[in-house]
Amino acid sequence: MPYTKRPDKRKMDEIRGIRAEVGIIPNANGSALFAFGDTVAIAAVYGPKPLHPQHLQEPDTGIIRCVYNMLPFSVTERARPGPSRRSKEIGLVSGNALAAVVDLKRFPGTVIDVEIMILQANASTRCAGINAAAMALADAGIVMKEMVTSVSIGKIDDKIVTDVVGDEEYYSEGEGSTDIPFTITSNSKAITHLQLDGKIQVSRFKEAVEAAQKACAKVLDYQIRALKGEKIDETKK
Amino acid sequence: MKIPNINIKKIENLLKEDKRLDGRKPFDYRDIIIESGISNNAEGSSRVRIGKTEVIVGVKMAIQEPYPDHEDEGTMMVGMEFNPICDERYEAGPPKINAIEVARVVDRGIRESKVIDFKKLCIKEGEKVWCVMIDIYCINDDGNVFDASALGAITALRVAKMPVYDEKTEKVKFGEFTKNPLPLTENITFSMTFYKIKDKFIIDPNRDEEDTSEARITIAISCPKKDKIINAMQKGGITPILTDDLNKIVLESEKVYEAVYPNLNKKIEGLK
Repeated sequence: MPYTKRPDKRKMDEIRGIRAEVGIIPNANGSALFAFGDTVAIAAVYGPKPLHPQHLQEPDTGIIRCVYNMLPFSVTERARPGPSRRSKEIGLVSGNALAAVVDLKRFPGTVIDVEIMILQANASTRCAGINAAAMALADAGIVMKEMVTSVSIGKIDDKIVTDVVGDEEYYSEGEGSTDIPFTITSNSKAITHLQLDGKIQVSRFKEAVEAAQKACAKVLDYQIRALKGEKIDETKK
Repeated sequence: MKIPNINIKKIENLLKEDKRLDGRKPFDYRDIIIESGISNNAEGSSRVRIGKTEVIVGVKMAIQEPYPDHEDEGTMMVGMEFNPICDERYEAGPPKINAIEVARVVDRGIRESKVIDFKKLCIKEGEKVWCVMIDIYCINDDGNVFDASALGAITALRVAKMPVYDEKTEKVKFGEFTKNPLPLTENITFSMTFYKIKDKFIIDPNRDEEDTSEARITIAISCPKKDKIINAMQKGGITPILTDDLNKIVLESEKVYEAVYPNLNKKIEGLK
């Protein structure tokens, strides 16, 4: 049977209801919550501050140290607390996705700590985490050249879909499931993070990029509104 | 952590007149907000905010072999983490002793009161029992994470639903829940931590007050029938607490329980 209907009845290019809010953690320099439907991420930013141990300091630039942490009760079968190979990799690519737009040269010898926590997971957690972290950086007032927005594009069977959910990740009929998380800058529309799991024809990859550009533009609007102080919650719709 | 001496002096001097910087009396709590449903993948979850302090707690369950000395009883474990997300003072890495102490104190309050009905968590004696795993995460540390964690854990347990167990495959169907609540008894504990500052005691310190304090004592009380019962206690910090003071605190804890708990109990019942 060809893939015609999404499990939550969304259109192929429709994003789940978004929740976005900044300033949720008073101790942090900047913080934010971002949710794609029932995938909920929070992020906090501390810094820029002197980097210890000192030998890690870069004399001409600051660095971003990003930690991605999926809470044990955010998934159906309890995840072991603490860092895993998966979470370390996601922390690294998320940090890189953000570092590209932060003017780190202004803060030599320092570190900006970005902490991402996934409270509730239903796929696209790294995208929700990056969106929250980007908002937290802006909320902290750290100089950014532009914003970044992240969204996952999937190819389920032969359909290109936007904002993949858990049930779609495990789709095995037809051409199966492909998951492509993208992070795209707001003005130059450059890609600062891209991963791909699955299989997609070279000829169709362009469609995925176009879908990502379109979706990121929509999500960006929510990030900006939240940064202006609005508390957005469309997840219940 | 060291705070400026001038802040310490201010806090100490105000307390001589039973006053505090934010206008509270020594045994007043800040506003407490309790929510549930933080993760729909958890059997039960909660968010507790006491003033600006915030913790989130989740309960997950799995099947385990029972301990050889309790073959017909379920098991539990409590984990706690202070991640760098909640304050600049915490570093990444495995839970350090301060987090382990919180977890252990919360664990004791739940375990010793027998609030979880472990006998009902036995699936097959000697072979299969449910394990209740409670994970506590501090989101913003503005003092008194002890009480917030204990309250969050109790709330998450009270709103928790049993997962679906497939008798045929003898496995848990993760992601599916029954309508049955986690079996609990009447011995629901409420945990209060008293902090010693010079020769005075306060409850629910904020960040600066907690850093000023030299010793603390946590008391977990349940009230299954008429009498209040102490289920767990823990003294923390180096400075000793005098016997007279200890007796006073224990009496005071009963009063605090009566003043604070009934209202919180109603709020938690409302979340079910």
